[in-house]
Amino acid sequence: MTHNLGNLPPESFKRVTIDSSAAERISKPSLSFWQDAWLRIRKNKAAIVSMILLAFIFLMAFIGPLISPHDSEKQTITHANLPPKVPGLESIGILDGTANLAGTEVDMYELKKVDTYYWFGTDGLGRDMFSRVWEGTQISLFIAFVAAVIDMIIGVLYGGISAYYGGRVDDMMQRIVEILYGIPNLVVVILMILVMDPGILAIIIAITITGWIGMSRIVRGQVLKFKNQEFVLASRTLGASNNRIISKHLLPNILGIIIINTMFTIPGAIFFEAFLSFIGLGLQPPAASLGTLINDGYKLIKFQPHILLFPSMILSVLMVAFNLLGDGLRDALDPKMKD
Amino acid sequence: MAKYIARRVFYMFITLFLIATATFFLMKTLPGSPIASASKLTPDQLAVVEAKYGLDKPVPVQYGLYMLNLAQGDLGNSFQFKGASVTQLILNRLGPSFLLGAQGLTLGVLIGIILGMIAALRQNSIWDYGSTLIAIVGISIPSFVFATFLQYWFAVKFQIFPVALWKDGWMSSVLPSIALAMGPLAVAARFIRTEMIEVLSSDYITLARSKGASGFEVAFKHAFRNALIPLVTVLGPLAAGLLTGSLVIEQIFAIPGIGEQFVKAIMINDFSIIMGTTLFFSVFLIFTILVVDILYGIIDPRIRLSGGNN
Repeated sequence: MTHNLGNLPPESFKRVTIDSSAAERISKPSLSFWQDAWLRIRKNKAAIVSMILLAFIFLMAFIGPLISPHDSEKQTITHANLPPKVPGLESIGILDGTANLAGTEVDMYELKKVDTYYWFGTDGLGRDMFSRVWEGTQISLFIAFVAAVIDMIIGVLYGGISAYYGGRVDDMMQRIVEILYGIPNLVVVILMILVMDPGILAIIIAITITGWIGMSRIVRGQVLKFKNQEFVLASRTLGASNNRIISKHLLPNILGIIIINTMFTIPGAIFFEAFLSFIGLGLQPPAASLGTLINDGYKLIKFQPHILLFPSMILSVLMVAFNLLGDGLRDALDPKMKD
Repeated sequence: MAKYIARRVFYMFITLFLIATATFFLMKTLPGSPIASASKLTPDQLAVVEAKYGLDKPVPVQYGLYMLNLAQGDLGNSFQFKGASVTQLILNRLGPSFLLGAQGLTLGVLIGIILGMIAALRQNSIWDYGSTLIAIVGISIPSFVFATFLQYWFAVKFQIFPVALWKDGWMSSVLPSIALAMGPLAVAARFIRTEMIEVLSSDYITLARSKGASGFEVAFKHAFRNALIPLVTVLGPLAAGLLTGSLVIEQIFAIPGIGEQFVKAIMINDFSIIMGTTLFFSVFLIFTILVVDILYGIIDPRIRLSGGNN
């Protein structure tokens, strides 16, 4: 185990120096907040699958009624109550237009002499369920998004002003919130719906009238946390205006939490719309949302289960996907909250 | 502590007063008359009926009378049931609603705790993913969608339970209770999982392990009891969720409970039942949240309840 060190030629040695100017060099390209979040969310399979599902449902909500050969409001009484029939799938025995009639499988399309396809079947008035379901999805999504955006704007403004100005302003505003927060939102929603003419606007107002409170509390907590931190104080010392501090320093820091919270208000709004429509306080015919379609289908559950099946499937997938995406975004945008 | 409770009770009364006032005036702006045959009556007859229900007095007087009665626990008389007292109508309907709520909550929380425990103890295993999936589905799928499917499969197809009939005793309450249980189940499972994982990584668990306590002992004797405490905090929101659920579930399964009566009253403009039930729901929820907050302060000494601002 001895080495004759003296025999090593000097060429085998290389001088290593530390370049002190390189010590501060960043070895990896710097990532923006969004690139960083994207890197993290890409690893979350559930969130990615949800995103794809949501994209598909969005797409279908807009092009679904267009690609269907039938109009959603045209009533063809002779085609009433047809089960779903899809070209291609019929040969393998599913969605082949057969229904159980008095104990035997009968091809309803042959029975009623219908030579066209209704992909999701038809309802009791012979309307095409495929276009009705996607139009309903469109309306449900519209209500949910508008409600979520309004909640976000009011919540951020209220919570932000309350926390940023603090003192007596904060005290007053929080007392109001404290009282409003005690009112069960179910009660408020139902009362508001009762007083207004039923319709999309009434549902949106009913959902948002207490919906912003959760957001305002979260934003207030965040602004309180950040507004006295050094970087904000430094900025103030340098003479930055309130507007600049809010828009350049506070908002970017709480943006992640605002987005996460909005992601969770969307499924909440979808649920409330469907709930109201289901107990008969929602949209009035002929307008249809997922909730009213489920309500219609529920009445025929025993005889025409397909009318209930498709809208409730889409509603369930939407809710699961929004919740999973919300979970994924929370982990991606706010790594501190993870573990 | 006493100061804190006093402050909360004070706010509770302000909130209830506001709800009662808002409900009263909203009802006054409602279109339509609660007197079903109003269009068939002559003006004289209508005046007699309105006088009977006190609808002929000016609105502020009606409001004053309503508030005065309210303070004595009298919620007024129903228009629909020939002047029956609303308080009595609500009390009559309390039984089935309470049974379903209690069964749903107990079932949901128990199964949720078990699922959450399994998920935390076998983290990142197939058990964990399975119970997380159940939790996500339970939170996402609205109870009325779930209820209709339960009804379709177990009542219509397999005919194990009655479809919608409140006459078969306990059997009638099984499906609606399961439908109501899904929400609490999901919330409890997610909550317990997070809490258990956090508790299991704390120092005193490491100490218990190093003393040689078995895995079972560590999980149940040391970790579980501490993980359970914060679950109390979600009982308030869970109660609110049960109420929302009960409105549709009672409708779907034709259960003679408060929710079903409320939805019917809405359909036929029975103001006094709408107002009475709204107040009843509000009192129930606000009181539940208050009790939960106080309980939490008592069982977890780390939480100090103070009378000041937060």
